[in-house]
Amino acid sequence: MANVALRNVKKAYPNGFEAIKGIDFEVGDGQFCVLVGPSGCGKSTLLRMVAGLETITSGEIDIGGRVVNQVEPADRDIAMVFQNYALYPHMSVYNNMAYGLRNRGMANGEIDTRVQEAARVLELSAMLDRKPRQLSGGQRQRVAMGRAIVRQPKVFLFDEPLSNLDAKLRIAMRVEIRKLQRRLSTTSIYVTHDQLEAMTLADILVVMSAGQVEQIGNPLEIYQKPATTFVAAFIGAPPMNLLSLRDPEIKLQGPGSDAGLLGIRPEDLAIANGAVPDGGVALDLTVEAIERVGAETYVYGLRAQQSGTPAVSSKPGELPPGEILVRIPGQEGPAIGQKIRAVAPREKLHLFTADGRKRLN
Amino acid sequence: MVEQAGIRRYVAHVILWIGIAIVAFPVYLAFIASTQDNAAIANGQMSLLPGGHFLKTYYQTIFVGTSGSTREPVGMMMFNSLIMSLLIAIGKIAISIISAYAVVYFRFAFRMTIFWLIFITLMLPVEVRIYPTYKIVADLHLLDSYAGLTLPLIASATATLLFRQFFMTVPDELLEASRIDGAGPFRFFWDTLLPLSRTNMAALFVILFILGWNQYLWPLLITTRDDMQTIQTGIRKMITTTDALTEWPIVMATAVLAMLPPVLVVVLMQKLFVRGLVETEK
Repeated sequence: MANVALRNVKKAYPNGFEAIKGIDFEVGDGQFCVLVGPSGCGKSTLLRMVAGLETITSGEIDIGGRVVNQVEPADRDIAMVFQNYALYPHMSVYNNMAYGLRNRGMANGEIDTRVQEAARVLELSAMLDRKPRQLSGGQRQRVAMGRAIVRQPKVFLFDEPLSNLDAKLRIAMRVEIRKLQRRLSTTSIYVTHDQLEAMTLADILVVMSAGQVEQIGNPLEIYQKPATTFVAAFIGAPPMNLLSLRDPEIKLQGPGSDAGLLGIRPEDLAIANGAVPDGGVALDLTVEAIERVGAETYVYGLRAQQSGTPAVSSKPGELPPGEILVRIPGQEGPAIGQKIRAVAPREKLHLFTADGRKRLN
Repeated sequence: MVEQAGIRRYVAHVILWIGIAIVAFPVYLAFIASTQDNAAIANGQMSLLPGGHFLKTYYQTIFVGTSGSTREPVGMMMFNSLIMSLLIAIGKIAISIISAYAVVYFRFAFRMTIFWLIFITLMLPVEVRIYPTYKIVADLHLLDSYAGLTLPLIASATATLLFRQFFMTVPDELLEASRIDGAGPFRFFWDTLLPLSRTNMAALFVILFILGWNQYLWPLLITTRDDMQTIQTGIRKMITTTDALTEWPIVMATAVLAMLPPVLVVVLMQKLFVRGLVETEK
């Protein structure tokens, strides 16, 4: 059992590209840390640096009180689950799990005990003699997990282990991974681009963007108080509405009226006819589209008055400028083309500086 | 399969049978000639049915050789050919898989230079560099030896390129998983890469064995002793007897015998080859 600490870790490639621009965080013993971010943000590179598969340009990586910068992957006492599982195609399930133990010169009896135990936990006992190609995607995934478990390492590293599975299996395996990790209480670092996976699995969530940490913390805290507009837009589905406060149509009373950007989560908006709640915000919208997903309904509205060019450009995962998403419970909703007023109370507003880099409330 | 009814199907079959006959008839003729009496062949009165000299001819061919000359028995030639082909096939596979492993998986100085040097040798087959190669082999006193017969033919760019291409399709994660599993470069090569290359090695072995078996020019140059000659050079020497009558049954029996090992290799390895293809994870 061990904690993992990263101290000012940097990674620069020979061509000068800085993939990781100085990262600090610590994962406590037995904690489940999730690195999340869009593709190309450096999260997989960072994980591979912890694994020892990528060199560290500067800074320190510390596993269980030992700086491992120069330690070979095999000697770091870690186990890794790869995105494509990386099972040895010519070895049986049993040998896939036993291989790493044999290389360490473990006695056959001990190997057998560990493999059988892992197979029992992962419900693979009936498949130990099969080759990976005879298994389904979910079973291969479990073999990859088994290969990590039998090692009884200090740290588990997961590199998007569920992204090759179909949606249903992904949710089932997500729960399985969390249960297993709780029971073994092994420190884990998990990389994903799926914010739902990140929210549900993490004890500590690290949101990354362009080689830097945007925010670290408890997932719910991050959801409630995103530190930057990047985090605000990335965490939460559907994404947060972001509006420029330079827009004269939006009047914000009280403190914070000097903020540059306003964020409102779709579920914090309500359709109302009455007055604007004290210090809150009201948006006049024309309903453009409606999505009914059963338990709730998404209402896409276009702001009634659009003045000038949008202040916030839309990135992937964000709404196009001028469009506001309102999330209401149930299946009832306004008709398309109808004019509605969406209101949000003061305490649900997120205020950011104009560049979106700093939270103001 | 294209299923066609009626006359068109018969036409197709007839064409195929004609094709088979064109290929197979000379082989059949060689076999028939090897069972006939030499006089019948010399008179041009050879029957198209097997004659009665099968056992006698083949016994003489394999264990005695042509009568009234100093030639070795064909058994000896076949043994030489077999040794040469096996050494060439196994040697080439061993050398090229190791060099491909080095070129693909290790970062060392002049890695690409070395790769291109290997690549360039594609343009220099034995026929082109025959004099310098002969000189080197002669200077090393390797004439009339198995080493002289095989070593110059072992270095192979084609096999190296084939393994290089295959290794580049092996996912990097397998190497990384091996590293985390505590397998060093040697273990990764032995435990993962070699088993995955089995089908490639089988295919290559078939090709290289036949290539080695069919060598003519190089053995002709490098061997002077009769007990070192291969079956391919041996057949030729049997025919060029100026004074005497060529013993055609024995020549034909030798030709039939020369065909057998490559056929055997293809038939035997085909199973492994096909099984490997079916099993391969792609």
